Amino acid sequence: MTSAITENPEATKPPSGPQHKGHHPWWIYFTFCTDHKVIGIQYLVTTFIFYLIGGALATVVRAELATPASDLVSRELYNQLFTVHATVMIFLWIVPAGTGAFANFLLPLQVGARDMAFPKLNAVAFWMVPPAGVLLIGSFLIEAPGSGWTSYPPLSLVNNQTGELIWILSVLLLGTSSILGAVNFGTTIIKMRMPGLSFNQMPLFCWSMLAASALVLISTPVLAGALILLSFDLVVGTNFFNPAGGGEPVVYQHMFWFYSHPAVYIMILPVFGMISEILPVHARKPIFGYLAIAYSSLTISFLGLIVWAHHMFTSGTPSWLRMFFMVATMIIAVPTGIKVFSWVATLWGGKISLNSAMLFAMGFLSMFVIGGLSGVMVASVPFDIHVHDTYFIVAHLHYVLFGGSVFGLYAGIYHWFPKMTGRMMNETLGRIHFTLTLIGFNLCFMPMHWLGLQGMPRRVAEYDPQFATVNLVCSIGSFLLAISTLPFLYNAIHAWIAGPKASGNPWNALGLEWQTTSPPPIENWEGDPPLVEDSYAYGSKPGKKSVTALKGSDLWKTPV
Amino acid sequence: MQGSTVDTSESSKVMVTAESQAHGHDDHEEHPDFRIFGMILFLIAEGMIFLGLFAAYLTFRSVNAIPADQIPERELLLPGINTILLVASSFLIHPAEDAIKENDVKAVRKWFGLAAVLGVIFIFGQGYEYSQLTFGLRDSLFASTFYILTGFHGLHVMLGLGAIFSVLWRSRKPGHYTSESHFGIAAAELYWHFVDVVWIVLFLLLYIL
Ligand SMILES: [Cu+2]
Repeated sequence: MTSAITENPEATKPPSGPQHKGHHPWWIYFTFCTDHKVIGIQYLVTTFIFYLIGGALATVVRAELATPASDLVSRELYNQLFTVHATVMIFLWIVPAGTGAFANFLLPLQVGARDMAFPKLNAVAFWMVPPAGVLLIGSFLIEAPGSGWTSYPPLSLVNNQTGELIWILSVLLLGTSSILGAVNFGTTIIKMRMPGLSFNQMPLFCWSMLAASALVLISTPVLAGALILLSFDLVVGTNFFNPAGGGEPVVYQHMFWFYSHPAVYIMILPVFGMISEILPVHARKPIFGYLAIAYSSLTISFLGLIVWAHHMFTSGTPSWLRMFFMVATMIIAVPTGIKVFSWVATLWGGKISLNSAMLFAMGFLSMFVIGGLSGVMVASVPFDIHVHDTYFIVAHLHYVLFGGSVFGLYAGIYHWFPKMTGRMMNETLGRIHFTLTLIGFNLCFMPMHWLGLQGMPRRVAEYDPQFATVNLVCSIGSFLLAISTLPFLYNAIHAWIAGPKASGNPWNALGLEWQTTSPPPIENWEGDPPLVEDSYAYGSKPGKKSVTALKGSDLWKTPV
Repeated sequence: MQGSTVDTSESSKVMVTAESQAHGHDDHEEHPDFRIFGMILFLIAEGMIFLGLFAAYLTFRSVNAIPADQIPERELLLPGINTILLVASSFLIHPAEDAIKENDVKAVRKWFGLAAVLGVIFIFGQGYEYSQLTFGLRDSLFASTFYILTGFHGLHVMLGLGAIFSVLWRSRKPGHYTSESHFGIAAAELYWHFVDVVWIVLFLLLYIL
């Protein structure tokens, strides 16, 4: 091993436009392409479009709830709106954006591979997503599912049966896509690391994707099993889950939550990984507790598999089982807390640059902590029985999935946008986007804690007039949230077409994905990838003044 | 020159090693074959579907949704023979991988052919058993679970047979499978073992328990 200290020549090359040899033409994004970078961007754009659609559905839901009476939409339509909203946001946005978009784009670049282990399988997995989404959203033209994203029988067996079948088909497709993706990610991380890159040197995003992929492989098939049984009940007339025919609906709940609790970690673990990558770069400090963060991902993954029945405390679960699931759930707060403390310690004393990526990362940190704390609250059986099926749960899950996952995904977009497109986004617009999102989000979801504690039930189009004012505040917050995406959309589209060119390493990051051009050439590196022994070694040695004197956001402003 | 002015101080950890130099970029698409590893990951997922369905069946039984007196008597002889056939076919298919390592395609075709014969008999045996059963798919919760589990497994047997037949078909061409490159053979064999193991668990749960 020569210890020749080299500048990767690619990193300092002038940025190359898309016409540069070794880059794809623009229309490649609309084809069955096996390049992991193209697939990653295909995932990101597709899922973001679904995010906008899911957001539009949510806006209609909130508009309906602005007044106590069910006046804007019918009750039936209201049920369909929140059902499709949740399904789109979970299965078509957060899961495929975290595990599909970012994992596809970043994993090969971070482990020093030229592509994923199975590029064709990768493209197949992506191309299952658009039809599944069109199927689900198109169901409004025929009959949309209206039994909630949980599709609990017996309700789902009698309510909107056609819509229910469309829902099952769509979710089965997305589940298959997700499993095929996980096969690829697991193989790439375990088998495709470049020579010399040991497990304990991998970027933390790889660790979190390893943990998330394990969860996908173990839990998603059980949901598929439940949905197969449910579709037999619907189509053939068996009685697996129909109590009227001697079936047992609680078995569906067990199978459903055996997937859907881990799904929360499938949605948040990739974001955990992204945050662990973003914070050190923009705080110019090494990550605090690398091993603790890495192994806590695996711990979360394991514990996440044995807590599912905390969603079923009111489903007649025997008390010894409740006790087990309560304790196990609370224990998850430990590895999660280790991560949060590590992130805070990473920021502590850092040269923090408050650019858009960092703002969203810090927004993630603070909002996710609120969601985590209310999570420990609802883990406790007596409290959960009180707030089950109320707006407290709606508040909790949105602090985890929006305040956590979506803030983190935005941080990831701002951070890796230059690498993906070769262009810089506008910082001012990014900060406006962050401010509007933070205010809109808290205005929309913070009051729901109170509504839930006061007993307002979820999934109902009408409510007691005493809750009118607070609901109006929530609705205004949701409209603000809808508006907040406009500066982002303008920023992203404008930057992609006409933004200032990004250099190979605009943030002066040490990660391997930054040691190549932006966007990377088809083969990821022209020549061999350099071995990054410690991708978090920011300012860790004497003689680092030149970097720590500059703040992260200032670096890309210095003339190239 | 943003990169070079600042990076020199920090990038001492970014180094090009001899190994990564030697690992030229011409060998794109020529990395070692990880398809069996990927397939094992996929079989974990497949196994979890069965595990989920088994767990559902056991829960149906344990919460008394299926009362013990509603479980009809089942003939053990036929499924017992079927079990022996499937286990035997798993042993028969196993020597094929050793054979291909010796480049002995003829032996591969022999072992795969024998396994396929037993597999086809298994499917017909299963069909015959269905025709003899006294209960139908919708008769009771037990009946539904019984048909779903055996049917879903039968589907996997057919997929496995499809893989075996495709190996038999492709191996007609000399040189299609070699001692170095025989993913199809290894994958079909692995899948067949998987189907076999699932059946043993299923047999114990549905017929013995
Ligand atoms: Cu949960």
